[in-house]
Amino acid sequence: MAEIRVQNLRKAFGDFVAVQDSNFVVEDGEFFVMLGPSGCGKTTTLRMIAGLELPTGGQILLGGEDVTMLRARERDIAFVFQLFALYPHMNVRKNIGFPLLAQGMPSAEIRARVEETAKLLRIDHLLDRSVSGLAGGDRQRVALGRAIVRRPKCFLMDEPLGTLDTEFRDLMVHELRELHNRIHATTVYVTHDQMEAMSMADKIAVMKHGVIEQFGTPREIYDRPATMFVADFIGSPPMNFLKFGGGLAKGAREIVVQGAKVAVPEVREDIAPADMALGIRPEHIRFDDASKLRGAIYGTEYLGTTQIVAVETADGIIKARVPAEIRLNAGDHVGLTLNSARLSLFERGSGRAVRTSIHDTASERRVRHG
Amino acid sequence: MSLTTAHSVVAPSANSKRFAGAIIIAYALISIVPLLWIFATSFKTPPDSIAYPPKIVFQPSIEGYCNLFTTRTRQTSEYINSLGPATGFCDETVRKRNMVIAGPSNFLPRFVNSLIIAFGSTFCAVFLGTLSAYGFSRFKVPLADDLLFFILSTRFMPPIAVAIPIYLMYRELGLSDTALGMILLYTAVNVSLAVWLLKGFIDEIPREYEEAAMIDGYTRLQAFWRTVLPQATTGIAATAIFCLIFAWNEYAFAALLTSGTAQTAPPFIPTIIGEGGQDWPAVAAGTTIFLVPILVFTILLRKQLLRGITFGAVRK
Repeated sequence: MAEIRVQNLRKAFGDFVAVQDSNFVVEDGEFFVMLGPSGCGKTTTLRMIAGLELPTGGQILLGGEDVTMLRARERDIAFVFQLFALYPHMNVRKNIGFPLLAQGMPSAEIRARVEETAKLLRIDHLLDRSVSGLAGGDRQRVALGRAIVRRPKCFLMDEPLGTLDTEFRDLMVHELRELHNRIHATTVYVTHDQMEAMSMADKIAVMKHGVIEQFGTPREIYDRPATMFVADFIGSPPMNFLKFGGGLAKGAREIVVQGAKVAVPEVREDIAPADMALGIRPEHIRFDDASKLRGAIYGTEYLGTTQIVAVETADGIIKARVPAEIRLNAGDHVGLTLNSARLSLFERGSGRAVRTSIHDTASERRVRHG
Repeated sequence: MSLTTAHSVVAPSANSKRFAGAIIIAYALISIVPLLWIFATSFKTPPDSIAYPPKIVFQPSIEGYCNLFTTRTRQTSEYINSLGPATGFCDETVRKRNMVIAGPSNFLPRFVNSLIIAFGSTFCAVFLGTLSAYGFSRFKVPLADDLLFFILSTRFMPPIAVAIPIYLMYRELGLSDTALGMILLYTAVNVSLAVWLLKGFIDEIPREYEEAAMIDGYTRLQAFWRTVLPQATTGIAATAIFCLIFAWNEYAFAALLTSGTAQTAPPFIPTIIGEGGQDWPAVAAGTTIFLVPILVFTILLRKQLLRGITFGAVRK
């Protein structure tokens, strides 16, 4: 197992820049997830780490060794593909043993290693089956088996759960994380599904248009989004934004939104007058008739323990997550209070988050953009 | 099926199935009657073969096969009677017609030529075709579309249109009437078909298979050999059959470029007619034997061929 260090990594296909000067470090034994919408460059980054694409610029270090221009087979990594790429002309045993065969390992040893791996993944009863008859979850396990059997430096996974049914997917998310806890393999996992990312990752990099918008733990990314894109991409429903204008002074603790004063975390930097946005997670909104921030109920989505309430305000619709017991009718006028300790402030022009007291405790690594 | 009483929207009704079956049987009969006719004729005696009205029921004889494999000379009955007892069935049959066997005919060597040339050129065309199709499918080949069009364009005119230049070139190069020359020629004609057919098949194989193998420690060539080829067998088999059928049946070039040592069966078989009258049973026997290899090859690869020509429709 090894640390993965990516420095100023860049990839262009003609005029199109797929990845722009990426920098991040995946520490030894970490489960790292690259999250972003399709076309954001996350798969290209993964393929460059694997050696399936060569970078236009930058460096990739694997356990301290510069592998930037090495062939895939010289890097000692394992890759799990979205469509698993199980060889249909081989049975489960041969599929799992295939990487060992390349190393010229004696067949008795291959046999032992394959069986050990299959036991770990609880597929030892399937070893002599054809891969084409397997269910989605078992195919996934065979693909994982082929990856871990060789004990490589790291695992790279490209949306490996993308083709599974929702039911299977939840199960596999759990299994993958459990497997990771047992073998502590450095893993880079690419997905566009925030649920997978949040539930499995030690660290997440959120990407957009080839740029890493934020790098941090799931908690940091959810609680302290670095940009409006991250705030909007993570969370279901996403963070609400309320527009306001004017500058902010260091030490400010209050802003005015739609004529109502709102207490915010203490601002830690001076911001020149500009278009700003106040970011509020739906669960940090409560109904309070005394509040000056007002709106009309537009509709509700009942979710059992909670409900999502859409409220039409002067600044468009915002969504609140409130207990399911509250009875609300469309058209009712309500006042909204916001949980001041959990609010985010953004500059709308750049989308960047303003530094406030919520960042004080953050041991967040800053992501450098070149 | 539990829904036997329900009317399915997509499944054909019993009547339409019967109708389709009748058409298929009728078509099969029309196709197979000439083959049966040749097969039957090969077991007739020469008088039976030209009888009118044609004989459906006849006394089978292998005289046609005897005549196919031998050359015979006419002798007086005194000379024939002076010979010892006949050494076999063929000997006996031939003597009844006042002839003796003078030696083996050229059919066997011509047939062997056909085998060597057809299978040799098929192997070369499929081998080259697979490699180039893989290249076109997986790599960024400069001017790939133009090259593919150029490869296809060699099929725009009938091969025989270039027969004269090829004849002249072959004479200069000393390739006339050689097996090598014929293999090269048939390979050149077939390789365009092979590239186009196989490119379609290889495009269908996801490149993740090779990528997975290359990450797992194999070189590209090993990855191709171990993951792409086994999955392309269907396409390769179908392509091989098409190439083989062309090379096996080709008549025009063979008649023009081969005359002796490298002559193939198709130009040879008609020459049998000339030897001692119209020997239709011998011609039919030659044709029957000529059909065997291609029939066996096709039956062996039947499954792949069926999947091959319907591919795209059933693959996924």
